[in-house]
Amino acid sequence: MVKDSAFDEMHTASGAVRPHYQPYAEWLADTPADSIIEKRNEADTLFRRAGITFAVYGDETGTERLIPFDIVPRIIPALEWDQLQQGLRQRVTALNAFLHDVYHDQEILRAGRIPAEQVLCNVQYRPEMQGIDLPMDVYAHIAGIDLVRAGQGEYYVLEDNLRVPSGVSYMLEDRKAMMRLFPELFARYSVSPVEHYPDLLLETLRSVAPAGVRDPVVVLLTPGAHNSAYFEHAFLAQQMGIELVEGQDLFVDDEIVYMRTTQGPRRVDVIYRRVDDDFLDPLAFRPDSMLGVPGLLTAYRAGRVVISNAIGTGIADDKSTYPYVPEMVRFYLGEEPILQNVPTWILRREEDLAHVLANLSELVVKEVHGAGGYGMLIGPLATQAEIEAFRLRILADPSRYIAQPTLALSACPTFVEAGLAPRHVDLRPFVLSGRDVTMVPGGLTRVALREGSLVVNSSQGGGTKDTWVLERAAC
Amino acid sequence: MLSRTADHLYWMARYTERAENLARMLDVNCRMTLLRQEEDVTRKRWASTLATVGQIDAYLAARDTITQDAAIEWIAFETTNPGSIEHCLDRARENAHAVRGTLTSETWETLNATWLELKRYKRVAARRQNTGDFFEWVKFRSHLARGVIQGTMLHDEALEFTLLGTYLERADNTARILDARFELLMADAAAPDAAVDYYEWSALLRSVSAFEVYRKVYRDLITPRRVAELLIFHDAMPRSLRHCTNRVHQTLVRVANARSGETTRRSGEIQAALQYGRIDEVLELGVREYLANFLSRTSDLGARIAHDFLVSEATV
Repeated sequence: MVKDSAFDEMHTASGAVRPHYQPYAEWLADTPADSIIEKRNEADTLFRRAGITFAVYGDETGTERLIPFDIVPRIIPALEWDQLQQGLRQRVTALNAFLHDVYHDQEILRAGRIPAEQVLCNVQYRPEMQGIDLPMDVYAHIAGIDLVRAGQGEYYVLEDNLRVPSGVSYMLEDRKAMMRLFPELFARYSVSPVEHYPDLLLETLRSVAPAGVRDPVVVLLTPGAHNSAYFEHAFLAQQMGIELVEGQDLFVDDEIVYMRTTQGPRRVDVIYRRVDDDFLDPLAFRPDSMLGVPGLLTAYRAGRVVISNAIGTGIADDKSTYPYVPEMVRFYLGEEPILQNVPTWILRREEDLAHVLANLSELVVKEVHGAGGYGMLIGPLATQAEIEAFRLRILADPSRYIAQPTLALSACPTFVEAGLAPRHVDLRPFVLSGRDVTMVPGGLTRVALREGSLVVNSSQGGGTKDTWVLERAAC
Repeated sequence: MLSRTADHLYWMARYTERAENLARMLDVNCRMTLLRQEEDVTRKRWASTLATVGQIDAYLAARDTITQDAAIEWIAFETTNPGSIEHCLDRARENAHAVRGTLTSETWETLNATWLELKRYKRVAARRQNTGDFFEWVKFRSHLARGVIQGTMLHDEALEFTLLGTYLERADNTARILDARFELLMADAAAPDAAVDYYEWSALLRSVSAFEVYRKVYRDLITPRRVAELLIFHDAMPRSLRHCTNRVHQTLVRVANARSGETTRRSGEIQAALQYGRIDEVLELGVREYLANFLSRTSDLGARIAHDFLVSEATV
């Protein structure tokens, strides 16, 4: 169903290999097929033995499974990445400015650039955060910005993930595996390193500690071993050399957060949390949460501890806010956005709604609060009955939906049963904001392994690839 | 370190050690059955083993008769038995999984590989023909885990709590293995048979890897008195009660915190009794009574360790 015109990362329309894939194509031609099959099996063993797994919710039989790893790298030339990096820095800076503004003077709302009721009546807006000052005015310390390529290869931002974006451990493990399996390829290419990501992350987290704390204690708060991303939590804590804590390991006394240790209580200054807002503090949010820490919000509001990402960042990455991000860039930075949004219809607008209802079979419709590929309609792949069912859901509450054209996502060669074949990919770079805005070159490339599929989410059978940003000299 | 982390490490080590000792017990029983195959003797032996590991009641509630195959199946793989070898290795891996960030990747990969392979062992059902191989495998996976832990992990608190779990569990297990043998000795006293007796005691020694050690230390006949002395009082014997309690006490001294004073004192008391005790007193009191008392004191120590270090309360 996907148009044949999808941009091919490796080949031009006439079938020639693009210059930055040339050395790879040569290597591939020189390497016997059975040696590659052997490497694929080796990669599988490597990942399984290291227990790099992913838990799937609602799957009782196999609670852990591997995320498929594909051995063909996704390669990005240096100049292309430079452009992306500038755009990412600009976008994340604007998003943080927006969050600070929304939780303080709300100038952008008063200026009428974003409808006020859409922000203030959104469940992702947290009144608890109103007027709270955060170190460096940063809310989203870690942002995972999902990029896709369409048309002739131009990049679009598909989604901003500002709550608890995950996947960075796969980026690091994929690189480790590639270097181990194909050292000879790294001799042919000069690939920008990504291995220092944990250092950058720790530096970022330490830079946003409460004022006056000289040697901040940073911990990583996980929901526990049954969470789908637990591997990543443990991995990052280990790489940063910080404690991996669960809610039960922390307690609050007189607005100060402590962790329970074998030598008694120890004060905590920065919490890198991988727990959703709703579960952070049973006294403030969901009272049935066993994952949080009673009294945490009070300590946070008193400025005695920093939570990363901040509470309430969901208002900036909500799909109903997404169409306004280019406007934020103009409003706060006075610049034109470098990265483009995917054209989006906002169904709370009557004219948009009419257009979308008339063209459902060609569009992608998304629930504004949904995530992970759940709760969406992909028109071209849906049956007539599914479309009609979705139409009723939209009509029941149009403001809960946005719609976008079905993009022909770019495709990258991928090993499948039948051999090498193009599969659709996206890219999630991780942008860190503290004293500075930094990122490692590249990010996580996710690939939809089923032929024609556009869904890259790991919860829906997507795989990953190593992402190579080439050093400038090599191009 | 985090109390919860210490708790996981401690139990990871205890379950690994327990699986090893269960395999040792099963192994020695299987070997002995080759010597005396009377149904009655076999049944008694397995009943005693099930009692030693505290599973006789659960077993009899689920099974009508005690046979070798059923008992092995029960202790090794029975899914409803929370004390099975499989369950111990599951729990060891589960605890390691919860703190994999604290472990070196070699340690985690070793425990994970053991677990993956265990599932394969269970599937291929090779265990019936080749139980000996399986027990040997469990033992060597435990050796490997211990070696990887000591050879790769930072010698800090994480290692201390791992050692604490290993030695406390081993002290408990050695006492139980010894107790089981003395129970059978009492029951069998009416029909002493020198040859069988020799094999029984040498099998016991082999089950705790002490056969060559015994020869080296005593250079003499194997007698129950000396076996008890070796496994209770010999400091250089790595599975003896004295050696294990020494290690437990030294570790508790090193990790001591503001409220563990009484626990350290009690472990010191147990250690001193073993350091200055004599086998004559044990025999006078009765070996089984002595061991019962020892088991109750180590179990008290376990509870106190949990309270002082592993699940500490919210106190500032």
